[in-house]
Amino acid sequence: MTSIPLVALVGNPNAGKSALFNALTGARQKTGNYPGVTVERHSGRFALDDGRPVELVDLPGTYSLHPTSPDEAVTRDVVLGRQAGERRPDALVIVVDAANLDNHLRFAIELIALGLPCLVALNMVDLAERDGLTLDAGKLSAALGVPVVETVAVRRRGLDELRALVSEAIQTAPTPAGSVPEMDPAALRSRARAAAREAVVAERTVRKTTRMIDSVVLHPVIGPIILFATLFVMFQLVYSAAEGPVDLIEGWIGMLTDWVRTVMPDSLLRSALIDGVIAGVGAVVVFLPQILVLFAFILFLEMSGYMVRAAFIMDRLMASVGLSGRAFIPLLSSFACAVPGIMATRTIEDPRDRLTTILIAPLMTCSARLPVYAVIIGAFIPETKVGPGLGLQGLVLFGLYMAGIVGAMLAAFVLRKTVVKGEGLGFMMELPKYQMPNLKDIALGLWQRATAFLRRAGTIIAATTVILWALLSFPQVPHGSPHSQIDYSIAGRIAGGLEVVVKPIGFNRDMALALIPAMAAREVAVSALATTYAISARDEAATEQGLRERLRAGWTIPMALAFLAWFVFAPQCISTIAVVRRETNGWKWPAIMVGYLFALAYVAAGATYWLSTFLGL
Amino acid sequence: MQLDQLPLNKVARISRVDWAQLGETEAHRLRCLGFDPGVEVEPLHRGWLFFRDPLAVRVGRMTVAIRAAHAAAVKVEPA
Repeated sequence: MTSIPLVALVGNPNAGKSALFNALTGARQKTGNYPGVTVERHSGRFALDDGRPVELVDLPGTYSLHPTSPDEAVTRDVVLGRQAGERRPDALVIVVDAANLDNHLRFAIELIALGLPCLVALNMVDLAERDGLTLDAGKLSAALGVPVVETVAVRRRGLDELRALVSEAIQTAPTPAGSVPEMDPAALRSRARAAAREAVVAERTVRKTTRMIDSVVLHPVIGPIILFATLFVMFQLVYSAAEGPVDLIEGWIGMLTDWVRTVMPDSLLRSALIDGVIAGVGAVVVFLPQILVLFAFILFLEMSGYMVRAAFIMDRLMASVGLSGRAFIPLLSSFACAVPGIMATRTIEDPRDRLTTILIAPLMTCSARLPVYAVIIGAFIPETKVGPGLGLQGLVLFGLYMAGIVGAMLAAFVLRKTVVKGEGLGFMMELPKYQMPNLKDIALGLWQRATAFLRRAGTIIAATTVILWALLSFPQVPHGSPHSQIDYSIAGRIAGGLEVVVKPIGFNRDMALALIPAMAAREVAVSALATTYAISARDEAATEQGLRERLRAGWTIPMALAFLAWFVFAPQCISTIAVVRRETNGWKWPAIMVGYLFALAYVAAGATYWLSTFLGL
Repeated sequence: MQLDQLPLNKVARISRVDWAQLGETEAHRLRCLGFDPGVEVEPLHRGWLFFRDPLAVRVGRMTVAIRAAHAAAVKVEPA
């Protein structure tokens, strides 16, 4: 049997591996997991010029074959042929940053010594040229003894040459599994430096673009202002830029509902379809534009190199609550979703830093909360302008995000003094050069996230809303009964019990009802409210009313604010709890997390309700 | 002199690194980021107004963020 040749991309962090992976494989990518470890496996396929397919795997970025984290251990084990669930690659593509050869060649030399067929992608040559470096790939190739190709992955340059070299490399006979070559660190260093000297033919002093940008962006006063302004604009845009598409999607959902109503006779099935599936899934899908705007921002900040600067600016502040700037990136990703955010904490080497970051990550306002916030804000906060380009709704949204951040900082502070005591490792990381991200890379990232979101809407959310519809519709209220359908249903009775617990913080029965399915995914709270009101509307003959109008009719402002406060803190998402269990290897930490978050949510919602009632809102 | 005491935009050379002052992982990471004797360093930026921490340091061709406490283990001499 001839299996498809396996080629691995290896290199230091910030060498541009992912961009090269995207450039070679395009949208044909798969994300999985290595068995037994919590490390993601990214693979994809591409075709050589003669049409033969090649499987490409993007290994986690690492500095050497002596790992300090699980990610780095996977890279070592794969190239040695020891990793479970992966055959030994037939060839390695070693990615190095052309402007940083002294450093990156050390790992390259270690990898070449393994004896696998190798080639070096001298990546980001454009940025090296911008820095005044003139490089000679031929000389580097002679110094290293392997083929070298100049690439600019982000601009898709050098790919044909790279593919041709891969084609040659995989024709070499496979080598047996090896071991880490014994190399003296000092000798390795001087070999790397010597090879780098060979490769650099000329060096001019130029105005360094990255340094100029940094002198503004990392300025002790201007830097933090730019950071907060960026985040503020991001959250305003999530609201305003997505408005048009949101209205469009709402229109389509309305048309679909009407169409189903005309083609199907009135029946339980039609009700399940309209009040369950369409009302539930539709209420969530509407938020796709906002989630895409948020992700586009985060991807842009990451790919341009700004995100690490944000970590730099935040480090001192994070240090004051016992965290490091490194935690900032996983926490910022948690604004999109806590699950990838918590997985991103693997880059934090210090176990206590990492654990604390995991425990507070759910407090970052994830995109699943956005639908809840958007519906409640849309219904209860007037569209007043409080300044040029500044709406009250956007301001409240910003306030909710801030509440999550402040809560997280306080929680981190308390956690570091109590359950996660001890000294941290600190903050050490490379500040890569700035570069303009390729729009294709951003589009690819958005595509992957949009499909993941829609798959979730189509599965978990559709299933929970149908179950909820069933719980709300059965048993059917008998004719002439004084009870409404909701009161009579199973869900209504469960919520009735829960209402006793949440009544002191201002929640009514419908709100209690929404909290139950929201455990599956927060945004289901919106679907649940939509389904509940769609079903109760049947008796009221007010079916054409939108969810907002129904909310306005049923809730007071203090109730709405308390509901928002609850969602800032509550650990309403089973996938997050599951990923925390997986990442911490046990139930102890998820239990602590769920406990403290529910307590916080209860207190915050109660305080909000009573304070706003007292203020007469 | 220690790296954390070096003024901004002043180029110096690493004379030695006091590895004993650092934990094992910290030392490993510092080595990976290229802090070795003989390498040119230059502090470029410092953090927030009052704290002056962390530092952004040019190490050879790379810019690295590091806290002052760790930079103190890196001894430098005039280039």
